[in-house]
Amino acid sequence: MAITSDDIDKLAVLARLEFASSEHEQFTEKLASVVAFVDQLADVETDDVTPMAHPLDMHQRLRPDTEDADIDREALQSTTEHTADGLYVVPRVIE
Amino acid sequence: MKRLHSLSLSRMLDGLKRRQFSVKDLVTHHLMRIEQHDPSLNSFVTVLAEPALAAADAADARYANGSARALEGLPIAHKDIFCTAGVRTTCGSKMLHDFVPPYDATVVRNLHDAGVIMIGKTNMDEFAMGSSNETSYFGDVHNPWQRGLSPGGSSGGSAAAVAARLVGAATGTDTGGSIRQPAALTGLTGVKPTYGRVSRYGMIAFASSLDQAGTLTRSAEDAALLLQAMSGFDPADSTSLEQPVEDYTQQITQPIKGLKLGLVREFLGDGLDSANARAVRAALDTLVELGAQVEEISLPNIGLSVPTYYVVAPAECSSNLSRFDGIRFGHRASDVTDLAELYRRSRSEGFGDEVKRRIMTGTYVLSAGYYDAYYLKAQKVRRLISADFANAFEQVDLVVGPTTPTPAFGLGEKTDDPVTMYLNDIYTIGANLAGLPALSMPCGDVGGLPVGLQLIGKAFAEGQLLNVAHQFQNVTDWHTHAPEAFA
Repeated sequence: MAITSDDIDKLAVLARLEFASSEHEQFTEKLASVVAFVDQLADVETDDVTPMAHPLDMHQRLRPDTEDADIDREALQSTTEHTADGLYVVPRVIE
Repeated sequence: MKRLHSLSLSRMLDGLKRRQFSVKDLVTHHLMRIEQHDPSLNSFVTVLAEPALAAADAADARYANGSARALEGLPIAHKDIFCTAGVRTTCGSKMLHDFVPPYDATVVRNLHDAGVIMIGKTNMDEFAMGSSNETSYFGDVHNPWQRGLSPGGSSGGSAAAVAARLVGAATGTDTGGSIRQPAALTGLTGVKPTYGRVSRYGMIAFASSLDQAGTLTRSAEDAALLLQAMSGFDPADSTSLEQPVEDYTQQITQPIKGLKLGLVREFLGDGLDSANARAVRAALDTLVELGAQVEEISLPNIGLSVPTYYVVAPAECSSNLSRFDGIRFGHRASDVTDLAELYRRSRSEGFGDEVKRRIMTGTYVLSAGYYDAYYLKAQKVRRLISADFANAFEQVDLVVGPTTPTPAFGLGEKTDDPVTMYLNDIYTIGANLAGLPALSMPCGDVGGLPVGLQLIGKAFAEGQLLNVAHQFQNVTDWHTHAPEAFA
């Protein structure tokens, strides 16, 4: 399935990315070459094969539902300047 | 004191215990090496001179009062993908250029608790996406064997720093070959453990079903020391396995007589450099002299590992990297009018081209209408590749072959075509898809450049891989070769 410039626009919306018009053509070309390369998987016979979700076929371990640590809000929020009263500040969402 | 950088980790420990030199001597010497040599390599993003010197004093005090721990005073570096409390952790990205984590990765904590001294954080491909260390926001890393060549990637800074003797050893991560390929291209021993062997907590995620932390060292013996301290169950990582850690330093001393090695027929085809192939064959002859048996085996679906990986890894990456939204950490675009623009511009300004390409590829293969054709299909092919390894292990104990198709290539040589770059990992990706432990060790010289022999084992066979490598290194000296400018 060939990737077109329109596909790039749609994917960019989904991926929350944007591309300047100057980089659009080159980006389309390189992504198309990657997709063309992985397209060879379509030829592999896999009708009776179970998809592999974990490399060692193990299930996710669940921990006991007990309190084991305090969350240090101040330390965790030290990674941005954009906080107020223990909350994160974002552009206004509701007018 | 002039030659402290040439000592292996175990020789450093020995010298410290005998008080032939102090931790301060060791740390000062390596900091001086970094100052002198790193400008030509760019292997470090952050050097921690003052904290390292303070830690050296504390370690010397422990030697003096008899409370030295297993790896007390060893100068090592961490790949800048591991979170370090209070120390900038960039992941090679503009997105995290000023990110200071409030906590340590478990790998960092475990090694700290064993007494190692963190000398600095090493350069890497952005978010570990690359095979040449050219996608880093902090610039290309040069190969100490020849400036202008790539040290490989994504753990290229770790590899260059250890190969240039700027630090005793370094941590790395391996999602498709990111420890083994740089180890091969710089003459080091690189270990990617079994998926789940080493905690991924605090290791910035790229592709969560493939990522695994490991070591870049100058010998298998050093790798055994470091891996022993890094490994083990961690309740903070839900994919960490509750398997006890074996005594690697004891296991490596065993004879390898009777061990069956399976040379992968599919790895010896067209893409493999002929001199590289000769080096691999010669190394296998040495292992036969040590009592191992070599037979050819087939992994019929291994040729599909690169396209499978380039569906699975980007899919997981597009999901993992959705956390970078400009709000809680990382680069935040300024002068935005609404939330959607904040996300879009923060991400577009913060990520480099290769990361964007992988996010877009992952978004594509997971999008409505394409999920079955790409992602589900790749997960099925992954099962076939894994089954090939399981079949092989019914015949042989370890699977062997080259680590890379060629020795180190030039910076800029493969950047125009992503697929050409991706094919550099053709021999290494299979072990990640199957979750198996694998090791690369230097096995020869092609035109003055090192090449690697790769060993792949069954799940939890790290000790066996290290054993074979150590026995090989006991009778050969490839692992002791140093790049001339840094000897």
